[in-house]
Amino acid sequence: MGLPAAVLFGLFYFVPFIANLRYSLTKWDRITEPEFVGVRNFVNLLTNDDLFYKVLGNNLRFTFLVVLFQTLFSLIFALFLVKNTRANIALRTLFFFPTILSSVSVGMIWLFMYDPNFGAVNLFFTRLGLENFALNWLGSEGSALYAIAFTQVWFHTGQMMVIYIAGLQQIPQELYESAEMDGASRWQQFRNVTWPMSIPTTIVVMAYTTIQSFRAFDLIFSMTQGGPNNSTNIFAVLIYQTVFSELRIGYAATQSIFFILVLVLVTVLQRRFLSSRYEK
Amino acid sequence: MIYKSIRYVSLTIFALLIIIPSAIVVLGSSKTDAEVYNKPLALPESWNLNNFRFLFEVSNVGRSFMNSVIVTGFSVTITLVLASMCAFAISRMITVTGKILFSLFAVGLAIPGQVNLVPIFILFNDLQLTNKLSGIVLINVVTTLPISVFILTAFFRELPKEMYEASEVDGATPFRVYRSIALPLSRPAMGATAIFLFVITWNELLFPLLLITDNDKRTLPLTLLSFRGEFFSNYSMIFTAVLVASIPMVAMYLLMQRSFISGLTAGAVKG
Repeated sequence: MGLPAAVLFGLFYFVPFIANLRYSLTKWDRITEPEFVGVRNFVNLLTNDDLFYKVLGNNLRFTFLVVLFQTLFSLIFALFLVKNTRANIALRTLFFFPTILSSVSVGMIWLFMYDPNFGAVNLFFTRLGLENFALNWLGSEGSALYAIAFTQVWFHTGQMMVIYIAGLQQIPQELYESAEMDGASRWQQFRNVTWPMSIPTTIVVMAYTTIQSFRAFDLIFSMTQGGPNNSTNIFAVLIYQTVFSELRIGYAATQSIFFILVLVLVTVLQRRFLSSRYEK
Repeated sequence: MIYKSIRYVSLTIFALLIIIPSAIVVLGSSKTDAEVYNKPLALPESWNLNNFRFLFEVSNVGRSFMNSVIVTGFSVTITLVLASMCAFAISRMITVTGKILFSLFAVGLAIPGQVNLVPIFILFNDLQLTNKLSGIVLINVVTTLPISVFILTAFFRELPKEMYEASEVDGATPFRVYRSIALPLSRPAMGATAIFLFVITWNELLFPLLLITDNDKRTLPLTLLSFRGEFFSNYSMIFTAVLVASIPMVAMYLLMQRSFISGLTAGAVKG
């Protein structure tokens, strides 16, 4: 009974996966016949492609920022809203709300928010007398990646917060009671009870956020398409452009392989790091 | 005291960060472009549906909306049927086959189908599945199978074994056990998975962008994206379109918040 799903998945996931390995050894523009070039694409990519390294840097920076802040904020908000009071439940519903929107909608909304002349972000800073912060957020190389990372965090913090709340509510109440009897401060309670007890949840949140950040294609494509000057270009966008703007199928396939390698490496390292914490 | 004020201030800031952009969009759909730019947060001079009327007249939004409904409906249904059958099989198999099947989908979960964009683009061109809604349905099903199989397997494994064994003794075929016992019991898990699938399928951009060039076959996110070029920075139109694209999900969210939240987090936790 598992056969239909397995066959479909095999045909349209694993077969393309293998085909991708084959394409990566060719030079192909889809107009002429593919030409076998061995590992030339791999050599080119590693030794002679500044854009690839820029994109790798962007992708890692973006993932790091999003994972750090999304995990931090979602944990903080979960702590604030962990009790099931009516007001807290209403706020949870509100904070979760962006998650149900599409990346393109979120992209369009924040395109306006960041508008250098009319956007609410700059309006806010100008009103406060902080004209120095009124930047062309998405238009300048220095700030665009950060502006999108902020949007991504805005987009999914509520979803991760709900996961944290479920985790926090599993922590036995007695632990807090005895900590309180020992006269532990709020910070000490967090340090010695909440944080160690919520590490399994943190592992889930960080793993999911990592994959989510690698899949931020939709958001980035609708906000900046990788610009300005490739400062927001990440792997998925780069691969898309190599296929459609440059018609270099073989090279795009090679980029995809590195995309997979980086994704797997980041996930494995992260899991190692967190589980070593957990076992202590 | 300090804790309380920090809590109050940060909750207020995040609440405003969500309310303000949403208000700008909702109010903007009743405004002219000049109003959006000059007074984004003021109430519109008059509440009206002019933007909606204009949008449906000049653009393909109506068509795209229908396309999205069709694509999402078929994708979610097919994924649910295939994934639940597969998950049931995995949970009932103690043999190696079950483990292999499970780890196949585990790979798909760790490495999302999006990394296959090059070979899928080539393959779908060869199979002439581009510019077809069925092509989009097919790739949606493939990319959402792993997560659905995971959520549902976790659920089926929790069902008490005796439930199945009794009916197997009575000579029921596996398919019968699946249909008359497993499926009815799994309604909550199926519901949660369905919601998760609805949201991600309705909002999906990458594969439609890759496989659709024909205006009449566009799904909503694609049409919305094209507005950036077409209406340039005509934000009253863009906001109206954002609203049209979001209304089904927002309405469902407001009606069944609980199931939505648990559905969308099950996707993350089980994955």
